[in-house]
Amino acid sequence: MIEENLLLILVGLPFAAAIAASTVSTTAHRAAAWVSGILLAVGLPILATLHGPIADGQVLRASLYWVPSLGLTLTFRMDGFVWMFVALVYGIAILVLIYARYYLSKSDPVPRFYAFLMAFTGAMVSMLMSGNILMLVVFWELTSILSFLLIGYWYQGQAARDGARMALIVTGLGGLCLFVAMLLLGQIVGSYDLDRVLLAGDKVRADPLYPLLLTLFLLGAFTKSAQMPFHFWLPGAMAAPTPVSAFLHSATMVKAGVFLLVRFSPVMGQTDLWFYAVTGTGMVTLVLGSLIALFRHDLKGLLAYSTISHLGLITALAGIGSQAAILAAIFHIANHAVFKASLFMAAGIIDHETGTRDMRRLSGLIRAMPVTGSLAIVASAAMAGVPLLNGFLSKEMFFAEAADWHNGSWLDDSLAYLATLAGVFAVAYSLRFIASVFFGPPATDLPKTPHEPPGWMRHPVELLVLVCLIVGIFPDQTLGPTLHVAARSVLGADLPYTDIAIWHGFTLPLGMSLIALVGGVVLYMLFRDRIAAGPEGPPLLHRLRAQRVFERLLLLLTWKFPRQAHRLIGADRLQPQLRIIVLLAVAAGVATLWGGLRQAPQPLATPLNPSFAVMWLVGGACAIGAAWMAKYHRFAAVVLLGGAGAVTCLTFAWLSAPDLAVTQLLVEIVTTVLLLLGLRWLPKRREEIAEDRLLPARLRRGRDFVIAVVAGAGLSAIAYVMMTWPHISNVGNWFLRNAYSEGGGTNVVNVILVDFRAFDTFGEITVLAIVGISVYALLRRFRPAPESIDQPADQTGPEQRSITEVLLVPSVIMRWMFPVLIVLAAYLFFRGHDLPGGGFSAGVTVSIAFLLQYLAHDVRWIEARLTVLPIKWMGAGLLVAGLTGVGAFLFGYPFLTAHAQYVDLPLIGKVPAATALLFDAGVFALVMGATVLMLVAIAHQALRIARLRERDAAARSETEGL
Amino acid sequence: MELVLSLVIGIFAGSGIWLLLRPRTFQVIIGLCLLSYAVNLFIFSMGRLTVGAPAIMPRGGFVNPAAYADPVPQALVLTAIVISFATTALFLVVLIAARGLTGNDHVDGRETEQ
Repeated sequence: MIEENLLLILVGLPFAAAIAASTVSTTAHRAAAWVSGILLAVGLPILATLHGPIADGQVLRASLYWVPSLGLTLTFRMDGFVWMFVALVYGIAILVLIYARYYLSKSDPVPRFYAFLMAFTGAMVSMLMSGNILMLVVFWELTSILSFLLIGYWYQGQAARDGARMALIVTGLGGLCLFVAMLLLGQIVGSYDLDRVLLAGDKVRADPLYPLLLTLFLLGAFTKSAQMPFHFWLPGAMAAPTPVSAFLHSATMVKAGVFLLVRFSPVMGQTDLWFYAVTGTGMVTLVLGSLIALFRHDLKGLLAYSTISHLGLITALAGIGSQAAILAAIFHIANHAVFKASLFMAAGIIDHETGTRDMRRLSGLIRAMPVTGSLAIVASAAMAGVPLLNGFLSKEMFFAEAADWHNGSWLDDSLAYLATLAGVFAVAYSLRFIASVFFGPPATDLPKTPHEPPGWMRHPVELLVLVCLIVGIFPDQTLGPTLHVAARSVLGADLPYTDIAIWHGFTLPLGMSLIALVGGVVLYMLFRDRIAAGPEGPPLLHRLRAQRVFERLLLLLTWKFPRQAHRLIGADRLQPQLRIIVLLAVAAGVATLWGGLRQAPQPLATPLNPSFAVMWLVGGACAIGAAWMAKYHRFAAVVLLGGAGAVTCLTFAWLSAPDLAVTQLLVEIVTTVLLLLGLRWLPKRREEIAEDRLLPARLRRGRDFVIAVVAGAGLSAIAYVMMTWPHISNVGNWFLRNAYSEGGGTNVVNVILVDFRAFDTFGEITVLAIVGISVYALLRRFRPAPESIDQPADQTGPEQRSITEVLLVPSVIMRWMFPVLIVLAAYLFFRGHDLPGGGFSAGVTVSIAFLLQYLAHDVRWIEARLTVLPIKWMGAGLLVAGLTGVGAFLFGYPFLTAHAQYVDLPLIGKVPAATALLFDAGVFALVMGATVLMLVAIAHQALRIARLRERDAAARSETEGL
Repeated sequence: MELVLSLVIGIFAGSGIWLLLRPRTFQVIIGLCLLSYAVNLFIFSMGRLTVGAPAIMPRGGFVNPAAYADPVPQALVLTAIVISFATTALFLVVLIAARGLTGNDHVDGRETEQ
């Protein structure tokens, strides 16, 4: 139990550190580093505690129930391999933190840095400890995203942005492949649990999907661990701050790829396909990476390619897959992490103190920084594989494996030669690093005067180099047992214990090492000047840059192809878009109903009332007329539209939908007024558009006419068939039965709106509020068409009459209508729950009452007497409706549960007082507010423009006067 | 009744769609209004046509659902009416603002070949 909790704490600590670090102030360098550092340091004793059970060969597990109803649990597990890896991540993370504290400048925003770094650590640790292969991919992708943020930390620089994007695209795409691979793997095994997957190797290898699975899996692992040809993102990631590089290159990120290869080698390995793909790629990467590293002039570039080649080495070992090879791979993972972290930190110190990373400018630094220089020399000796250092041991083991016989294929036979060749290059580039930076005459043209860094910036390097030495000299007493436990957890409990000795006698591997050492020194001595003078890459090869290929591909895929596709199939004009939408709708209707649309055996038939037919004769004529008139006679079109609306409204009333009739009528009034108000700002079209008579326009109209007729006829047919099929009992029956008993109202439509489906209504009034505010906002800076700025013709005629004169009688009537309409609204509102009416219609009615006042008088008169604050009404309405819903929580019911009862009010009598009524009041306030807001906003434009006009006139007369 | 109503639904929808495909903003707004009438009537008619039996229940007692109009399409349409009003208003404002900005009333803001 305690171990379970410790595991969860171990996963949580870095994330907690990330959150803590993100909350400190931007300039608090020390605080951010301390907080993160202390939280991480807590992890070390935990790891020490866990070492006991792990060393006994136990596998610890902890589960976090995430979504139990879906069976989603976060499972974390830890065995020897994971323990070693997590310890490596934690240890190096702490050192990187200390280092970063002194590396980052005062002006860098540190909370962001530490938060990303810690979250990245957390993602890496979680990935390592995932007990579920899907979860593993999730954390895997999280490391990609966070590394993107870390590499792009100095986002002001183009290189950082490009490098970050490239890393994200390459590793992210690889992650997607890995995700598919894991899904396949889970399907094959029948479980996503890592333990079960690890035991199902035979089943996986025998599956017909194995080649596909392996390809996708390897794409994921190779992109992450920067294997060729996906290696190019890693040098690009150098744009990151050096602490990040040190971390990405040593214990995390790229190591995630080889972790995966080693972890799954018992499941997917041991096949020819695996051997050729993994060992082949690894060897190519090893040799080419070390060759390119030799030619890089940039210090970090050299180290980056060295990382690539070392990862190739580990990959090759994972591909070989024998027991000794896996042991060597794990050993080299740890060794490489230690010496590469120290080398990157040393490179960062050099960059920091001299201002350049160009090896052609750096020289003789050993005099200015003797301690750092010595440390870097030891670390690069470890990188080169010099005896008595940790790098030597794992490299020896690799040489031994390379020389060993495995399957006798050509690749197996050539391993030893390739390995020795890569060893030669490795010695040469390590030597170049040391010789050109630290020895030779002191550099003269450095941007800064070099000197030793602050003590704490160097201490992490010192510790790491010390580890290189201790492990190199006493391997069996230090890392040996841990390594054995780690290898046993990968390969199985029956793994015999292997001594890691420095001296095996004069063996073939030792000979290879010696050849590499001598060959490397000779190579460097022969070509040092030509390398320094040459281009940044080996002859011929430097012209072939994977990064350039990637960029060209990216440009093609994200810019050129989409553009072309857009040109080909895009339509940026509204008419074709609408036409496509209509045609698609027609096609969808035809496709789904083709052959299925048939008349009911006994069609329903409501006896036709002749007046209904006559009414609709008028209605149909109105609709067609509106369509006819809308272009040149807008006013007529609005009137005809009103006619069509009125007929619709009557139909609702006729066919037992009084609520709809009331609402439709009121909305019809408001819409018409709104359109009329809008017409004021739409200049009259005086002359006919000449093109309309031309053939293309006629053809277009003809085509659209056909579309319209087809669509209309289709809708008619569907409507007729549906209407005449007998009614199937549906959810409506439930509403009818329960409206009174459950909702406390007799008007079912209203009860549905404010009670049963109140949440929908809540969403709807929110939409209305948004529209109201949008209309208001759009009109704030409204500029009318220049033709309509002048006063309307009938206001500028010879006899100017004020509106009160023109509308004397109507205005009096309208003024008197105000109280009547308010009472009508109250009536509609209160009876809404039981009889037709409700918040909607009451709200619209009140807004009509206001509107009439605006029509009857001029705006100034009305606003001097009547203040409506529509936005406040809307806010209050939304708040009341929302609070009524929230109120249900107080009584332990879900959101918007209504309570119904009747109250006796004096004089008025029995009134339904459901909480739904309160909700309806909210609806009322909002509808009223939004409607008034829209109408008044449009009506106000006359006032605003008049004011503008007056100001312009004043300005004009002033200039003329001068 | 069914035949008449389905015919006019078609007429409304056809007129609306024809206007929707026209190049002038005002035509499109009228078209949208007509189309929303058509769609509202269509949804409403899915509850079948009932004359003289609105969904007003007695207070308590047994309820025979077959004796009343189907309330669900009505509730849906009620919402739709209000929302279509809101979209009309929004569109109207965009329309007159676009007229002021672009100097013409073409839906694309510029007179084009088509």
